[in-house]
Amino acid sequence: MIELKIAEFPWLSLIIWLPVAGALLLGLIPRRAEGLIKGLALVVALGDLAVSLPLWFNFDRHFVGFQFVEKHSWIKALHAQYFLGVDGISVLFILLSALITVLCILISWESITKKVKEFYISLLLTSAAMIGVFCALDLFLFYVFWEAMLIPMYLIIGIWGGPRRLYATIKFFLYTLLGSVLMLVGIIVIYFKAGSLEIPTLMQMGLPYKLQILLFLAFFAAFAVKVPMWPVHTWLPDAHTEAPTAGSVILAGILIKMGAYGFLRFSLSFFPKATLGLAVPMLVLSIIAIIYGALACLAQSDLKRLIAYSSVSHMGFVTLGIFSLTGNGVEGAILQMINHGVVTGALFMCVGIVYDRTHSREISYYGGLASVMPIYAAFFMVFTMASIGLPGTNGFVGEFLILLGTFQAKKWATAFAATGVILGACYMLWLYQRVFCQKINPQIARLPEMNLRETVALLPMLLLVLWIGIYPKPFLSFMHVSVGHLLQHVHAAGSGPGLTQLIKEGLHAVFPA
Amino acid sequence: MPFSLLNLKAVSPEIFLILLASFMVLADRVIAVKDLFFWIALVGTALAWWLCRGVVGMHFVAYNADAYGFFLKTVFLLSLFLSVLISPVYADRERFHFGEYYGLLFFAVCGMMFMASGMDLLVIYLGLELMSLSIYVLVALGWRDARSLEGALKYFLLGSLASAFLVMGLALIYGLTGSIALPQIAHALTGKTSLPVVMAIVFFLVALGFKVAMVPFHMWVPDAYEGAPTPVTAFMSVAAKAAGFAAIGRIFLLAFAPAHIAWSQLLIPFAVLTMFVGSILTVVQTNIKRLLAYSSVTHAGYILLGIIAGTKESLSAAMLYLLIYAFMNIGAFGVVVLLQKESGVGEDIFEYQGLSKLYPLPALFMLIFLFSLTGIPPTAGFIGKFYLFRSVVHAGYTGLAVLAVLASVIAAYPYLRIVMLMYMKDPEREISLAPSPSLWVALTLSALGVILIGLYPGSLLSSALYSVF
Repeated sequence: MIELKIAEFPWLSLIIWLPVAGALLLGLIPRRAEGLIKGLALVVALGDLAVSLPLWFNFDRHFVGFQFVEKHSWIKALHAQYFLGVDGISVLFILLSALITVLCILISWESITKKVKEFYISLLLTSAAMIGVFCALDLFLFYVFWEAMLIPMYLIIGIWGGPRRLYATIKFFLYTLLGSVLMLVGIIVIYFKAGSLEIPTLMQMGLPYKLQILLFLAFFAAFAVKVPMWPVHTWLPDAHTEAPTAGSVILAGILIKMGAYGFLRFSLSFFPKATLGLAVPMLVLSIIAIIYGALACLAQSDLKRLIAYSSVSHMGFVTLGIFSLTGNGVEGAILQMINHGVVTGALFMCVGIVYDRTHSREISYYGGLASVMPIYAAFFMVFTMASIGLPGTNGFVGEFLILLGTFQAKKWATAFAATGVILGACYMLWLYQRVFCQKINPQIARLPEMNLRETVALLPMLLLVLWIGIYPKPFLSFMHVSVGHLLQHVHAAGSGPGLTQLIKEGLHAVFPA
Repeated sequence: MPFSLLNLKAVSPEIFLILLASFMVLADRVIAVKDLFFWIALVGTALAWWLCRGVVGMHFVAYNADAYGFFLKTVFLLSLFLSVLISPVYADRERFHFGEYYGLLFFAVCGMMFMASGMDLLVIYLGLELMSLSIYVLVALGWRDARSLEGALKYFLLGSLASAFLVMGLALIYGLTGSIALPQIAHALTGKTSLPVVMAIVFFLVALGFKVAMVPFHMWVPDAYEGAPTPVTAFMSVAAKAAGFAAIGRIFLLAFAPAHIAWSQLLIPFAVLTMFVGSILTVVQTNIKRLLAYSSVTHAGYILLGIIAGTKESLSAAMLYLLIYAFMNIGAFGVVVLLQKESGVGEDIFEYQGLSKLYPLPALFMLIFLFSLTGIPPTAGFIGKFYLFRSVVHAGYTGLAVLAVLASVIAAYPYLRIVMLMYMKDPEREISLAPSPSLWVALTLSALGVILIGLYPGSLLSSALYSVF
């Protein structure tokens, strides 16, 4: 039985509902008072960050099970409860979400000029739903948050996005919806097999092997689209590229982490046998994503599109670490999710900063930017290095742990994945060279340096890059107990018959002869 | 049961509706202030609901005012109430704002109530005819527009054919079982599913499938929905469909319950076809009324799954879905009415382009209704779909549930497209509204219903489950 530590004060509810209350309040303010709207949104987001800090300080790092638990009955007829709680796997994402929301508001301050009120309402609602996804311990509640997030995100990309935003936003919505509804059927099936929607209870259920495989695939549909894994990644370059800066930051920083989080929280603990059985195909898909994403980066001429494809590659590392099913691999994957959120979020913010000035995302439009905006170039350099995984930055710690964990499990996978690191250096350094070095393009010769607001928005990201890079222990200490427990659970289940055996049986059932 | 006039109380809501409807039709000559009928209709609807509530559990010959009937009557009266609220300005402009309009609506609802509570096939048939004949006339009320007449004629001709099928099925069943009372039919059919029984079931399926817009009997739907005055479309898209399902529920799950295996196998291909044909054809529509017409075909497909599963839970899910559908669909039609400043205007979906910029509130309402129709939480549409698909899986039809969610993804596109037009494009032409206080009330009520049921559906879920016979 998984232990629960009931919260003395409903911190999680406060973190989720404060932005919702803020959004409702924003709805009452007349739309002409733009300054007030922006100010209030920032105050709400800062308040949310402040009330999430107890999670950092009061989190019991040696406790197996869920903390800050709140449990109330909600829809009795459906056995759905309002059931929240965090463990070492989810707690960091809540903090990251709260932080990124603040930075998104800062970075959108001047770049959003139309429908300002709606923008900040959507942003706060997205934030609330995302935090809800990481807190929910009831499958129904989880699904409600998971889907509810689609509405404001659909609007953010579609209203404030770039020229091809309509195509991108519909594609994003339909891809995600298709994956999610299959998971919904999976959730319903689980409910009738296990008789409960409580995630801690469901973690203990032992389903038959074949059913586990089917359910794993149903959940895989939802998570693989969100991560996104190859070959269902094609919505991501479009959505990332066309979204406004804040939308890209949220997508890269948090939204796509929800997929990987789903693998950890549901696929591994609900379907341990299927996970062991399907680990190798998952590793292969991860490797394809790593190498394919990196190669695609080399071919991009659009700044945001390049960073979007680098996300595909980096998230490949994350799923690689998860399905290595080793302690180092999974911890590295979780850390790498945080790292990727910080670094890629920061890179998108950097692109947003120059895009606000030039309204061009073409790489060839820039050149010699280092002598025009030296401070900006320094920031960008650090994030580039972190993205490559240079020692001393957070990217190194995460990728190293993942490769270490994978090496313990499958040596061949590490060999392939490591080429991704090399390719990563190629495309990021080449990008840096083309944008910041070379001859100054006369069109950008007079760009103003970053202002205080933009610097303040990037500074927390910079500090996190260095902090995690130099001293990751405070972050890793959150995970040890939960990850250890999870992996013990997976390996204790033991694997079923091999995949080829299953396919043979399946074919035999369809074609008896 | 002894026949006694005292038991007549069980049908008092219907008697009240008939009297009030006749009064409105007759008094129209005398009363010049047509707004008075609007108020009479509103108050009458509320009173009728109150009467229905009072008679739950009573019987009168072949009429059973049970909880099942009451739940569905609530759906009818709710759609009537909301449809009346969105009527006045539109009806004034199209020059049908007179007593007969409300009278016909009341006659139709009265027929529906007989369909929901009738315990023998003849009562159900009479209810169906009363409803259908009233709605044929209602569809033709916009007769200045040729489309209205075309729709009414199509609906009438095909509808009469469907009624003929119903009568044939009725005759066949009577010949086979010697009874037209539902419980006796069930008793007589127990243990013997012969070919004639299956034929009779097919006849009923055709007739009632026509009313609920089941593919391939949906051909009339887009034309009738497009041609009818918009408030009438709103009314018939929910209430007539709910009445059809009320009769299907009674006849198939009570009288034909012994043959469940036979008819559910028969119904599965129709339901799948209904979901996919509906959703795929919705994608290409550019007239909002036709779009919502095809979308109503898709939703009929989902509800059919609840009938196929045939459990108490799945029937209650189908009933709840109808109630939720009333809020979201009439709400959406309310916005359509709001945009129809003149005849023929505001039907093209491209006229919604940039609506949020000019009129944020109606756009927000439409957004809520469309996301509810898509089935995205935290709206009621999600709860309805979840509960329905859950009960279908519970009954063992997991494959059908997978097909249903896939259809719902296809069906999402047209709704998203309208949201896209409203929010993500700039207005290209002038949009003017035809507002009225009652229309705003209807929109607010619907939106509140959609959100509140979405957030806290507990009591409705249990009352739906309790209401199943």
